[in-house]
Amino acid sequence: MTETYVRQFEVFAGNGGSEGPAWLPGVRRAAIERFAAVGFPTSRDEEWRFTPVAPIARAEFRPALPGTVTREALAPFLFGHAEWPQLVFVNGKYAPELSVVPALPFGVKLGNLASALRRDGALLERHLTRHARPETTPFAALNTAFMRDGALVYVPPGTVLDDPIHLLFVTSPDAGGSVAYPRNLVIVERGARASVVESYVTLAEGASYFTNAVTEVVSGEDAWTEHTRIQRESERAYHMGFTHVDQARGSHYRSFTLAMGGAIARHNLHVRLNAPGIETLMYGLYLARGEQVVDNHTAIYHDQPNCNSWEVYKGVLSDRARAVFNGKVFVKPEAQKTDAKQTNRNLLLSPTAKVDTKPQLEIFADDVKCTHGATVGFLDPLSLFYLRSRGIPPETAQRVLTYAFAAEVVDEVALAPVREELTRLVLGRLGYTG
Amino acid sequence: MLDVNDLRASAGDKEILRGISLTVKKGEVHAIMGPNGSGKSTLAQVLAGHPAYQVTGGQVRFEGQDLLDMEPEERAQAGVFLAFQYPVEIPGVTNAYFLRAAYNALRKAKGLDEVDPMDFLDVLEDRLKVVEWGPEIMSRAVNAGFSGGEKKRNEILQLAVLEPKLAILDETDSGLDIDALRIVAKGVNRLRSPDRSFIVVTHYQRLLNHIVPDVVHVLVNGRIVKSGGKELALELEARGYDRVEEVAGVA
Repeated sequence: MTETYVRQFEVFAGNGGSEGPAWLPGVRRAAIERFAAVGFPTSRDEEWRFTPVAPIARAEFRPALPGTVTREALAPFLFGHAEWPQLVFVNGKYAPELSVVPALPFGVKLGNLASALRRDGALLERHLTRHARPETTPFAALNTAFMRDGALVYVPPGTVLDDPIHLLFVTSPDAGGSVAYPRNLVIVERGARASVVESYVTLAEGASYFTNAVTEVVSGEDAWTEHTRIQRESERAYHMGFTHVDQARGSHYRSFTLAMGGAIARHNLHVRLNAPGIETLMYGLYLARGEQVVDNHTAIYHDQPNCNSWEVYKGVLSDRARAVFNGKVFVKPEAQKTDAKQTNRNLLLSPTAKVDTKPQLEIFADDVKCTHGATVGFLDPLSLFYLRSRGIPPETAQRVLTYAFAAEVVDEVALAPVREELTRLVLGRLGYTG
Repeated sequence: MLDVNDLRASAGDKEILRGISLTVKKGEVHAIMGPNGSGKSTLAQVLAGHPAYQVTGGQVRFEGQDLLDMEPEERAQAGVFLAFQYPVEIPGVTNAYFLRAAYNALRKAKGLDEVDPMDFLDVLEDRLKVVEWGPEIMSRAVNAGFSGGEKKRNEILQLAVLEPKLAILDETDSGLDIDALRIVAKGVNRLRSPDRSFIVVTHYQRLLNHIVPDVVHVLVNGRIVKSGGKELALELEARGYDRVEEVAGVA
């Protein structure tokens, strides 16, 4: 329970937790105090009403230890592009021997947070924990208290990165019962262009462990950032993710989020539009089966005028799986000419699957275009008949239509190798062979 | 080829087909005409196994098999094809994937090997000519964002690829401009053969100027009230359905 982590913090504070720049221990201390005060959320908290985190609180995970993973074991997770710049983290700890850091344009920083805390204290002080605030969720507070490692990606002004950067978080086979706190900071400066893929994968299939990850993204003026987040943890594991994005004037940020792992998995994606002329695209796909619970909470803060946001999240649920979608759109009084569209569509493949979907629009400006829509339904019988009338057996017809449903968002992934891999993942999940 | 005997069908509580009998021989083209609500589209859909209708009586034999006892995919595998009045849009599935999946499903049912995407391109090249289309249509999602005319052409393309023994065209002419009508009719005529039969369901005679039928049936209020040669279609055009209803003595 809560006290377990407070005790773990005291041990950590006396042993590694006090390392790094001078400002950091105070930040950690404040975060654990925050966590101690609020504790794990319960179903009485409106934000957590449909997401039972009691199993996470009860499990009392111990801090993860370094694990051993071979390069070969990572091959299935590399999108066929082992040459892409990639930082690999095993149980939350940077593994330089598994990582690939090629020569990059001048000024680009690609490294791990633990090293950056020693070398880049000033840069980190300006950003780390300034965007993803620890008070946002109890898990964000816990991550802030315990964060030690993760990725730092810094793309200087005007720099264009050709290849995507892959941040790969892998859990080793012996990591059952442990918790890791990855912490990432991605800064794409004015006029720069970068694509970042963040994957959470496992070699501990069937093990119960906990990943509590936080990522901060800073998108500078006129910057272009593509962010792909893939969560394929063990189906017995727990995953809490929080991504906060701050966008500056004229910037373009597009995200694609895939969630298919975890017994209980949640991702909060919060994007703040801090200046006029911003464009934000958010696509999401979640696939849940068995008893999985998958939760997506998104929040878009339209603080300034003339910004567009476009959000499409889709879910496919079978067996007794449950999904939660909560999409908040806040439009401040000064954010006139906001154009925000939000869509959440859910496909139930079984009558015992369940979805709680809640669009939440809070609009305080009058000259705006804001729409939202949520649907929950089964496969269209007419479409099934159409396929069957062409000789296609019903099981195949169901798979084809389910894939088609998912493909609408997968096809939005701009990076072809990632899109192809996601297509394979989704098809595999739906029972296609070959 | 097809023997329909006293077929009755309902949608919910409403009886729509009230005893239809009809025999289509190999290679024949039968036109089914009738006013709106007469049941002609229902007949087409019931023959394909549409789930919205319940068969309440009668028999249908297709090539000696009990058609009503077969699932929709089994009917297709046996050689029945329905060109839909309202083809279904399937965003996310390309025409190429859909057609190959259907083509292979039929091959598999016949015990033949499936064809791979490359070999399927060869099959397609020739069939695309039937509807005067280039290969670019294959990478578009099935019917998604297609115009009314494109959807109907796509149905005829499927017909050309799947090569059924019996093709049922359900108001394939509705919503077509004259150019699209010409292309669709020309495509159908190219697919006519001594081994393939057609049932052409239509409200208007104009399609039958292009696809000349052997037999014309007039369906009114769930029953065939008159059958005859292709002249019957012209007669209907000239005199309207009301007169036929009068002649046949049904209200």
